[in-house]
Amino acid sequence: MGEFKVHRVRFFNYVPSGIRCVAYNNQSNRLAVSRTDGTVEIYNLSANYFQEKFFPGHESRATEALCWAEGQRLFSAGLNGEIMEYDLQALNIKYAMDAFGGPIWSMAASPSGSQLLVGCEDGSVKLFQITPDKIQFERNFDRQKSRILSLSWHPSGTHIAAGSIDYISVFDVKSGSAVHKMIVDRQYMGVSKRKCIVWGVAFLSDGTIISVDSAGKVQFWDSATGTLVKSHLIANADVQSIAVADQEDSFVVGTAEGTVFHFQLVPVTSNSSEKQWVRTKPFQHHTHDVRTVAHSPTALISGGTDTHLVFRPLMEKVQVKNYDAALRKITFPHRCLISCSKKRQLLLFQFAHHLELWRLGSTVATGKNGDTLPLSKNADHLLHLKTKGPENIICSCISPCGSWIAYSTVSRFFLYRLNYEHDNISLKRVSKMPAFLRSALQILFSEDSTKLFVASNQGALHIVQLSGGSFKHLHAFQPQSGTVEAMCLLAVSPDGNWLAASGTSAGVHVYNVKQQKLHCTVPAYNFPVTAMAIAPNTNNLVITHSDQQVFEYSIPDKQYTDWSRTVQKQGFHHLWLQRDTPISHISFHPKRPMHILLHDAYMFCIIDKSLPLPNDKTLLYNPFPPTNESDVVRRRTAHAFRISKIYKPLLFMDLLVERTLVAVERPLNDIIGQVPPPIKEKKFGT
Amino acid sequence: MAVLEEEFTLSSVVLSTGPEGLLGMKQSDKTDQFLVTDSGRTVILYKVSDQKPLGSWSVKQGQIVTCPAACNFQTGEYIVVHNNKILRIWNNEDVNLDKVFKATLSVEVCRILSVQGSEPLVLFKEGVRGLEASLADPQQKIEAVISDEVIKWTKFFIVFRHPVLIFITEKHGNHFAYVQMFNSRILTKYTLLVGQDKNSFIESFTALVDQKFISLTSLSSDGCIYETLMPIRPTDPEKNQSLVRSLLLKAVVSDFKRVTTRDQWSTLVLWGKCVYATWRISVIPYNCEVSSLAGAHGKLKHSQDPGTHVVPHFVNWETPQGCGLGSQNSEQSRRILRRRKIEVSLQPEVSPSKQLLSTIMKDSEKHTEVEVWKFLALKQTPDFHTVTGDTVTGLLERCKAEPSFYPRSCLMHLIQVHVLSYSLCRDLMEIALKKKDVQLLQLCLQQFPDIPESVTCACLKIFLRIGDDSIQETDVSMESVFDYSNSVHDEKMEEQTGILQNGFNPEEDKYSNCDQELNKKPQDKTKETISCSVIPKRAALLNAILHSAYSETFLLPHLKNIPAQHITLFLKCLCFLYLKCSENATMTLPGIHPPTLNQIMDWICLLLDANFTVVVMMPEAKRPLINLYKLVKSQISVYSKLNKIEVSFWELQKLNQEKNNRGLYSIEVLELF
Repeated sequence: MGEFKVHRVRFFNYVPSGIRCVAYNNQSNRLAVSRTDGTVEIYNLSANYFQEKFFPGHESRATEALCWAEGQRLFSAGLNGEIMEYDLQALNIKYAMDAFGGPIWSMAASPSGSQLLVGCEDGSVKLFQITPDKIQFERNFDRQKSRILSLSWHPSGTHIAAGSIDYISVFDVKSGSAVHKMIVDRQYMGVSKRKCIVWGVAFLSDGTIISVDSAGKVQFWDSATGTLVKSHLIANADVQSIAVADQEDSFVVGTAEGTVFHFQLVPVTSNSSEKQWVRTKPFQHHTHDVRTVAHSPTALISGGTDTHLVFRPLMEKVQVKNYDAALRKITFPHRCLISCSKKRQLLLFQFAHHLELWRLGSTVATGKNGDTLPLSKNADHLLHLKTKGPENIICSCISPCGSWIAYSTVSRFFLYRLNYEHDNISLKRVSKMPAFLRSALQILFSEDSTKLFVASNQGALHIVQLSGGSFKHLHAFQPQSGTVEAMCLLAVSPDGNWLAASGTSAGVHVYNVKQQKLHCTVPAYNFPVTAMAIAPNTNNLVITHSDQQVFEYSIPDKQYTDWSRTVQKQGFHHLWLQRDTPISHISFHPKRPMHILLHDAYMFCIIDKSLPLPNDKTLLYNPFPPTNESDVVRRRTAHAFRISKIYKPLLFMDLLVERTLVAVERPLNDIIGQVPPPIKEKKFGT
Repeated sequence: MAVLEEEFTLSSVVLSTGPEGLLGMKQSDKTDQFLVTDSGRTVILYKVSDQKPLGSWSVKQGQIVTCPAACNFQTGEYIVVHNNKILRIWNNEDVNLDKVFKATLSVEVCRILSVQGSEPLVLFKEGVRGLEASLADPQQKIEAVISDEVIKWTKFFIVFRHPVLIFITEKHGNHFAYVQMFNSRILTKYTLLVGQDKNSFIESFTALVDQKFISLTSLSSDGCIYETLMPIRPTDPEKNQSLVRSLLLKAVVSDFKRVTTRDQWSTLVLWGKCVYATWRISVIPYNCEVSSLAGAHGKLKHSQDPGTHVVPHFVNWETPQGCGLGSQNSEQSRRILRRRKIEVSLQPEVSPSKQLLSTIMKDSEKHTEVEVWKFLALKQTPDFHTVTGDTVTGLLERCKAEPSFYPRSCLMHLIQVHVLSYSLCRDLMEIALKKKDVQLLQLCLQQFPDIPESVTCACLKIFLRIGDDSIQETDVSMESVFDYSNSVHDEKMEEQTGILQNGFNPEEDKYSNCDQELNKKPQDKTKETISCSVIPKRAALLNAILHSAYSETFLLPHLKNIPAQHITLFLKCLCFLYLKCSENATMTLPGIHPPTLNQIMDWICLLLDANFTVVVMMPEAKRPLINLYKLVKSQISVYSKLNKIEVSFWELQKLNQEKNNRGLYSIEVLELF
């Protein structure tokens, strides 16, 4: 089973956007992340840090602040001056409201969660009341001279601290008037800088205000007297972000040098009740500015211009020293950005504002393991399709025959018909899309390219018949009454009879396409689905979850297969369960029904169901090639998992034809090479 | 003739100035660059760290520079006065002094004074003017402030951001000090009252500014140093006030010519013929030859033990004073002491050592030796340095007086106590040279840090000239020599591989004539190179020379005076050492304290530089020369080969990188096991 020709593709020039803000929700253990292109992503930290939801970006929307309020409601504010609330069920923006204060630089929810405070360009601090379905402007605080860059509530909700340029103000919430104004020293390494920007403030319950500023200082202020208590110079560049733990015994700051510092409140001497803030640990996991930090009960979270989201667990807070105590770095989205036309050997790459269509090359040569074969034809860039308007692309798909391309933004759905005449390619947009196809969360073509399945953000699933240059709406599966849950993942059986759809919260529905009705629902599972696919002939639905479990569900039998039961009984190898990244794509070998091909960002695996499962004592992956023939035989018959870690980071892998694979890699160095250089770069001898 | 300034010494030899010597030296607007004016016609801009002139300007034949050139720190221009009244201003770009700005003044100029942060001053014979004011109307009348007094010394300061000029005039042996404040335009005149000694005259002045006072230090010809305090803000400027000077220090040696001060109150430097003394908490006399100083800047002696670099302490300045000055070395205490004007007698008290000194002068050699032994055993006496110095001086005086007296072992022991230097007992080496005492000379070369090149060379001459028999009788230190005679067999093997290691293989390289010559008798050649041409004891002596400090410029002329056959001998010896050195990977010689490869190479170069024309004519020198030539050539080829290898490695690395970076698209074969 082992030998493949692999099209190793590195021309997917994808660069994730830099991270602008993160907001941690303690209740649901979720993290909201906003990026510089306006995208907002939700990570479920309990579900193995899986990116379970995302809201596409928008060119005019530069998110500057993100916060959770009223339990699990998510708000963002940005330089367009609007406050937005996200609908976490339907995955769309509930509403956007202008604060009328110019660009918004900061936002903070009150400790009770019922009020929202925004700091604006014009120096105003505005208080909003959060109503069950909206927010309502309440009043303005005393207007300040310059923009409000940071805000923090006192835990009692009576006072707030606001960081501005060159000073920090303390407001009384009741009266709305400034109680204190604390001037921040502009001195920077002995030189007076033009301005000292207070990038972040944190108000502690004992009245201490911690500020971080552009002069590289972390300062402690007494809000009762308005005096500076202590100052730490920690960086030669800006300190851009601060986050305090709920217990107020530790906080984290991020600097423009890419360093994250951990401060802890520790006793002055052992047995002493007197405590002081001490800088305990520096971490350098970023190459660029750390624009934002968050402090979960067990981890320091940081993100910045270098696009990495880093979780650094606090060893003293981790109870069990298991794999959760390891550092995690998330760079790539957990959804698939690539689709493939097997018949024409085409790859469709999805970027924020355009699509690229590439044709793979070919070779006639053969070789042995590890050989690079001479190309008889190189890969071609066939098409560069730019979107109209400022909205980011949500999803895209190319049909297996290669004749159709569909993609969707928040407000529009596009379908194109492609014509191939020798080397020429012509593109024709299918106009007059029906109103219900306004926006799609997921698009899928049937194997024979005659049907198009669209998961709309209203929770409905549409089936569209494609023939020639026209299309016909066949049916819409409406969501079950009472739910508005959006479907994020679709899978169709190769014979076109079965359609599986999965929502953001657990639960996979299987529909009978011919009869246009719900066939069954796979039993709910606690962890979100990361990928699914239906096997040819058997119509077994293979589902992977973010806790790295793999299930096989027989659609005709409406039950888990025997193999799946065996696997559940025996359990997966511990190294399999400890993988960092979710399975992002599943495919099958038409000629080898016992094989399941799946991959995550760091490995590609073939599961041979006919072989025994590995137990924890067996070696799951042997990186060394076999030395002799007997070794090959022994390994081939050892266990069901055949793993290759050659291609990484692996964004997409699929079987094109018999014994031919396509693997799309995106080396991290290429990304770092395209990210703008750090503001403050340390150079030797300077 | 040398002009001595505070931080450096410039020799007229280096500058090749005119016969009249130097007129003066002034700081230029760039640190490290100085304007040197010679007494004839030339001004040179000299860069001290590079020891080379950057520019030179001369006035016309027949004209004469009358006052040292100065730099206008505000504009970066240079100012000089020639023929007393003609002022020239130019800058670096100007080539010919004849073509530059010229102003003829009405009165004779005494000095151009310039200080950082202020406009330069023109000090006329009778008064003073700013440069701009002088140039505005060159022919203006300068009212006479000074009447028939001669300006002896001037100093231009900045005090509290205001320029202050002090100048001292003399009339009939009386000195007057003038303090001109430029912010208030007040000129105060003081009469300096001379202390006790009427016969001495003042040699030199120096001044320092304190918070309230200007401290004027004067050095009189009898070696006394006086201090005079002048208030910065005069109480009554109109009145002619008298100032009393007080004795600060009385030096034993009275050949000081100048006194300068450095770093407020901390250092006083006395400059003599070629002696300078630093006054810190105690006075440290430091004898230096111009060449040694250059030596110190140039090739430093290969340091053996940092502990041995003790500055010689010949005269114990604080002992007679008896108030433990050395222990209270805080700045404050020094100030108080100086304010109290404690008279420091420089005559060392000899009570503990009187006995010893008289013994030295009269008793037999044997008895002297016993007494010196006794003294050295005590060592911890407070006046140890003084007595040691006096003892050596005494012994050497007696040696000179009675040629039969030569207390060799005494001297050897005294040298080994690490308190002597060449400049403190220069007679010592002279006598040893006369007596051809190579053992003592070797000891001196090892112990003294400041032996001038001429003496080093004289030692070398003796080491090369002296017969093998007389060397065998001596007991020279052999620690720098490794005895090869014990390992003759090994040596032959090593020799072969050693040469190959350096890429030197005469059989392979047949392109030059000398190769063919060499190939005719390869056996002969091997024999010659492996045997050292000198006996081990002589080698030990020569190693002492190799270890000594020198400056090439000063050594080269002396090397030219060595007879040709000795040069050849030394060269052969050096070549042998070089071959031995290059035999092993670390490029070092065996032994406890062997000469380093660099020292050997430097001496080979020096010898050849000095005597190449002589050596090249000598048949017996031909072999070592050819060997050296071959070595250099082979090393060049080795390095070129190494370069080629390096380039190949680079290429390999590049290929490797390309392999890893397979481009954007490839089709590969993957087999899953």
